[in-house]
Amino acid sequence: MSTFDPKIIAFCCDQSGYPAADMAGTLKQKLPKNVEIVRVPCAGRIETIYLLKALEKGADGVLVFACFEENCQFLRGNLRAKGRLSYAHRMLEKIGLEKERIEICHLATNSGAKLAETLRRKSEQLKKMGPNPGKI
Amino acid sequence: MIKAEQKPIDEILKYLDPYNKILLSGCGACVTVCQAGGEKEVGLLASGLRMARQKIGKKLEVLEATPARQCEPEFALEMSETIEKVEAVLSVACGVGVQTLVRHFPKMPIFPGVNTTFLGETITHGVWEERCQACGNCVLEKTGGICPISRCAKQLLNGPCGGSSKGKCEIKKEADCAWQLIYDRLKALNQLYKMEEVIPAKRWGVESRDSGLRRIVREDLKV
Amino acid sequence: MKAGSNLEKVFEKKLFAVTGELGPPKGNDVSVVKRKAELLKGYVDAVNVTDNQTAIVRMSSIATSSLLIQMGLEPVMQMTTRDRNRIAIQSDVFGATALGIKNMLCLTGDHHTFGNQVDAKNVHDLDSIQLIDCVRTMRDQGKLLGGEEKIEGEVKLFIGAAENPFADPFEFRAVRLGKKVAAGVNFIQTQCIYDMNRFKEWMKMVRDRGLHEKCHILAGVTPLKSGGMARYMAKNVSGIIIPDEIIDRVVKSKKPAEEGIKICVEQIQELREVEGVHGVHIMAIEWEQMTSKITEMAGLLPRPKVE
Repeated sequence: MSTFDPKIIAFCCDQSGYPAADMAGTLKQKLPKNVEIVRVPCAGRIETIYLLKALEKGADGVLVFACFEENCQFLRGNLRAKGRLSYAHRMLEKIGLEKERIEICHLATNSGAKLAETLRRKSEQLKKMGPNPGKI
Repeated sequence: MIKAEQKPIDEILKYLDPYNKILLSGCGACVTVCQAGGEKEVGLLASGLRMARQKIGKKLEVLEATPARQCEPEFALEMSETIEKVEAVLSVACGVGVQTLVRHFPKMPIFPGVNTTFLGETITHGVWEERCQACGNCVLEKTGGICPISRCAKQLLNGPCGGSSKGKCEIKKEADCAWQLIYDRLKALNQLYKMEEVIPAKRWGVESRDSGLRRIVREDLKV
Repeated sequence: MKAGSNLEKVFEKKLFAVTGELGPPKGNDVSVVKRKAELLKGYVDAVNVTDNQTAIVRMSSIATSSLLIQMGLEPVMQMTTRDRNRIAIQSDVFGATALGIKNMLCLTGDHHTFGNQVDAKNVHDLDSIQLIDCVRTMRDQGKLLGGEEKIEGEVKLFIGAAENPFADPFEFRAVRLGKKVAAGVNFIQTQCIYDMNRFKEWMKMVRDRGLHEKCHILAGVTPLKSGGMARYMAKNVSGIIIPDEIIDRVVKSKKPAEEGIKICVEQIQELREVEGVHGVHIMAIEWEQMTSKITEMAGLLPRPKVE
């Protein structure tokens, strides 16, 4: 029986996601296999195309770890990210892919446990969904 | 500029059903401004189309190009070599861009990927509104710079009608009554007398869109 | 005399005129026209025939007006510019006058999106003021718009229009009436009045410009059937203002319909006293049978027989 370990790309913003990922390591939190962390200065740096390309190029799911809504150091970067995710969701729905494959999670620098738990949850969800049928 | 909106992707997929290798051609001008068909949107749509076709097991190869202006022959022709390699072209430029490609690549199927909607202004980032209908004889001098042809639902030249209430048009809550805007503007400019003249009927059939295919020829520019 | 219509003669004789309104059927059932005509005959000097009002397809105004003439009533044929270009308009003017229609109300018309043909192409080749000018040109110069063709025959029409003192911008409404007068209008009917103060303010502006001497003004009234109707109109219909006192009267009454009629009659009596008001236009929407009662209670009967 072959195991399917969903490939997850996790975009982590410098002000919240990335330090949280660090902390997850320090706390020796268990992370699912096959997670790739992509560091960005702010969630607002994530262009919509990165979300779609990630799926196109082989990911089964994409997570964006960003600051809470009022806490963006660059003022509205996380709001821009939200808008771009919603565009990506609409695209996925229209082409028949599950919009749950792309998700945003808001957290703070010390949310190591939350980050790990979110990644584990996403991995389980993707296992049930199956591999991304759109990957080329 | 010209405003457009992307067509529903399932409609586009229907157009592309018979083909396996296409060029997705954007435009660096109007559709970039209204975020419907610029380089970014080309990338996003291409990715979506590839994944949609991958999912149904019918792979689609999508080449991407975004000339500066698809409606200019010299820019359109820059894509000649690429176009020779594909079976069809999906253009997310406005209707003019699509037809420019048709004229220069008569043997190539060219499909529209956007609906060209109107000539408009950017109100704020992400919001565009109709401002002009290319009526052929601009009346903006008479109306303080506010167009009654594109902004009045009844194209009145001697408005407002009896449905103007609290500055809004009775047919759409979001729409300001153009004639209220004209009144306010002319009042601010001390030109209200312009609203007292009866403006005669527009010559739709001769100067405007009902006169048939319109054309401008500048002999001095034809070298 | 512009056309020698009954309505025109009533005005000429300086009598207080009364007009009613009839909405044609959503089909070709002539018995509907007959029934409504019977409810109005003898109680009014002329009957407005609406033209696809609220952009809902009904029997054409020209056909219905022609039927009314056969039934012994005088129509005021309404024509909007929403559905017809100038070719059809001028053609219909020829046809209407050939059928004996002598009064015409020139309107822009409700937007097509209000009706049951929302996919239609919006015409508006002319607006209401350009339409008045067009009909006046046909009548007084015997020519078509554009000035070239000489008309075979004579177009005799008493030209009317509408004006709304309750629309915005308020300060411009009397000026707009001035434009209609300049374009050649002979009489106008106003949107239904509930806010007397605003109407009187508008009339003052009209009189200040001498417009009450250049055209005959008919004040529009509509009886309120119920509190619900009053509230609905006040909230949803653009360009209608109903003061709270009036809504309250109808809502609180034990017999709202009767109260509505009473209010209407009081309004007519008050409007008769306003300088420059030469008549009343009763729009008993879906309540045509009340026209007889209203005219009777307001002391407007019998209607004059004018030669």
